[in-house]
Amino acid sequence: MRKVKADPKGVLEGPHFMDGDHALAEGALAAGCRFFAGYPITPSTETAERFAERCPEAGGLFIQMEDEIASIAALIGGAWGGQKVMTVTSGPGFSLMMENLGLACMTETPMVIANVQRGGPSTGLPTLTAQQEMMQARWGSHGDYRVIALVPDSPQECFDLAIEAFNLSETYRVPVLIMTDETVGHMHEKVVIPPADKIEVVERNWYTGPKGEYKPYKFGDKNYMPGPMVKVGDGHRFHITGLVHDERGYPQATVEAGKINITHIIEKIDSNRDKIVRFEADQLDDAEVVVVSYGITSRIAIKAVMDARKQGIKTGNFRMITAWPFPEKQIREIASKVKAIVVPEINYGQMVMEVERLAAGKCKVVSVNSTGGAVHDPKEILAAIKEARS
Amino acid sequence: MNVNANANFAQDNPMSQFLRMERMPHIWCPGCGIGIVVTAFAEAIKKSGLDLDKVAIVSGIGCTGRTAGYVKLDSFHSTHGRAIPLATGLKLANPEMKVVVFSGDGDLTGIGGNHFIHAARRNMDLTVVCVNNFTYGMTGGQVTPTTPHTANASTTPFGNYEYPFSLPFLADACGATYVARWTSLHARQISASIKEALNHRGFSFIEVIAPCTTLYQRRNRLGDGLDALEYYQNDAEIVHDIDTRLVDIDYQGKIKVGKFVHKEKPTYLDNVNQHYANVLGDEYQLYGKTTPEREAEAKAKAEAEAAAKGAV
Repeated sequence: MRKVKADPKGVLEGPHFMDGDHALAEGALAAGCRFFAGYPITPSTETAERFAERCPEAGGLFIQMEDEIASIAALIGGAWGGQKVMTVTSGPGFSLMMENLGLACMTETPMVIANVQRGGPSTGLPTLTAQQEMMQARWGSHGDYRVIALVPDSPQECFDLAIEAFNLSETYRVPVLIMTDETVGHMHEKVVIPPADKIEVVERNWYTGPKGEYKPYKFGDKNYMPGPMVKVGDGHRFHITGLVHDERGYPQATVEAGKINITHIIEKIDSNRDKIVRFEADQLDDAEVVVVSYGITSRIAIKAVMDARKQGIKTGNFRMITAWPFPEKQIREIASKVKAIVVPEINYGQMVMEVERLAAGKCKVVSVNSTGGAVHDPKEILAAIKEARS
Repeated sequence: MNVNANANFAQDNPMSQFLRMERMPHIWCPGCGIGIVVTAFAEAIKKSGLDLDKVAIVSGIGCTGRTAGYVKLDSFHSTHGRAIPLATGLKLANPEMKVVVFSGDGDLTGIGGNHFIHAARRNMDLTVVCVNNFTYGMTGGQVTPTTPHTANASTTPFGNYEYPFSLPFLADACGATYVARWTSLHARQISASIKEALNHRGFSFIEVIAPCTTLYQRRNRLGDGLDALEYYQNDAEIVHDIDTRLVDIDYQGKIKVGKFVHKEKPTYLDNVNQHYANVLGDEYQLYGKTTPEREAEAKAKAEAEAAAKGAV
């Protein structure tokens, strides 16, 4: 992967007082995204608004499409048109995007989709926070596939992870989801945007070989890394399809072709899990109980962990920055050393299922769930820590 | 017999520059009208003088949706109904491309109807070719938004009780700036219309009424492909510039064909650039100028500079 310095045109260098939604747009611009197709939905709209406002000076294009289905379809076109592309949405819009998320996975099209999560199901709690699409992010489109999902816990991290999301999506030719939430999206904090020459951006892996020999896919390469891309108009006359296909992109309706194609789109993420997974771990060494959390909930969890330590309970903190692929190795290791893992989330228990799967009975796993709408009270998490230890 | 092993028979075919011959034979049935439209499209591109490297084709799902897979251009076989938004993204990300959407009536005006009306409204610079065979062919002959009233389909086994869309009227009402309709009998006219549409800036729409012999024709006891062409021969009437309110198609009734709409209007991208230039002034750098435009501009600038130096 070729890393370059960010294009200064998209970098609004300096310290800002900014909410998470705006920081997502700034991160995208800094990462070189110049095409954004979106549809308004609370609480994510500010990202689209910010991008639309910044487009003329940054030299990009924003289009408000007729719905979220059109938005993500336009991203697939935009990416093969040669651009880095992004959209933003929330629950209902995220559901509408699911079919074409599958097309993006199947055609190995890089793109970034931010979901500023609000309470669901259905129209739910449009203005209130939630983390209820964590499993949809993983399983929402039909068929077997993999994506990468990142979970920022602050406006600063919205900026940082937006750049990271683009870099991962170019590296693995896969849609990357930023699964933030209403609280982070609407929270104003200090966001420091570094100068352009301090921002590393992964360039698209452009094909440089002769015309007439380009194949849009490369299956089963080392660590299943994807092949290079071209853009329309370069004379390669390539074909892409959502059907099971061979390396030329031609449909192949056979069991064998399906095995090669699907194994590739799964293994390119699974076999690179260690390179993709990001997390923060604190005070794990002597911990009897570890709180595993992500997004806004991790900031509440810190308070509970500190209070527990004050009360003499050896408690550790593990914050997932990557939700998908799941930090399997790390959770398995924690489970083998501690009495209990506590998992607070603003849903009725989603990522806790992964924790339970990996703990495999080696330690107690306690879910501190919620029906959405508000962040936890640290006391709830503290009570769970105490109960889990006993 | 492995038919693919004999695919070389077609290498000398005049279409071989245009088709992915290694993918032949195609899936279309004997008597189907889609192939005629694809051939007309190939002819149109050839005659238009366009650089084939700068033409992309996007299809949705369905029988006509398979076209993108057979045509040797940058080609996209997208999801059901989503060819137009994908094409929109392609065009906006890379405005020097000619982007053609090639799909069927169910795909473009049923599941994809919302995208169709909005692309027309924006006067997005796309050429949309719709092969209208009044049926969902790939799934076995179900009723579509264009199936004529009373015609039989597998999901209206006692006849269609819904009213159909009149596609030229729909496109016109939504803001399309080029609208034509032909039947698959009118091979040369289709080709001429597509050529004209390719050279037109803005949303151009060409509907081609074509037979689905296996499903629509058979289920309605209308005979084979030849019978369909005979019907077109007898009942298609060329009426250019007719008011699109008057081009409805009744079951086995008259079919008005011709070029109905052809007008100039700024495209979506024209408007983006004009509007920003007006509002933001000289600071604004135009989005998406084509490479020849940029080169011509750079050349003109260099010449002007050279001339200025010479004057001093």
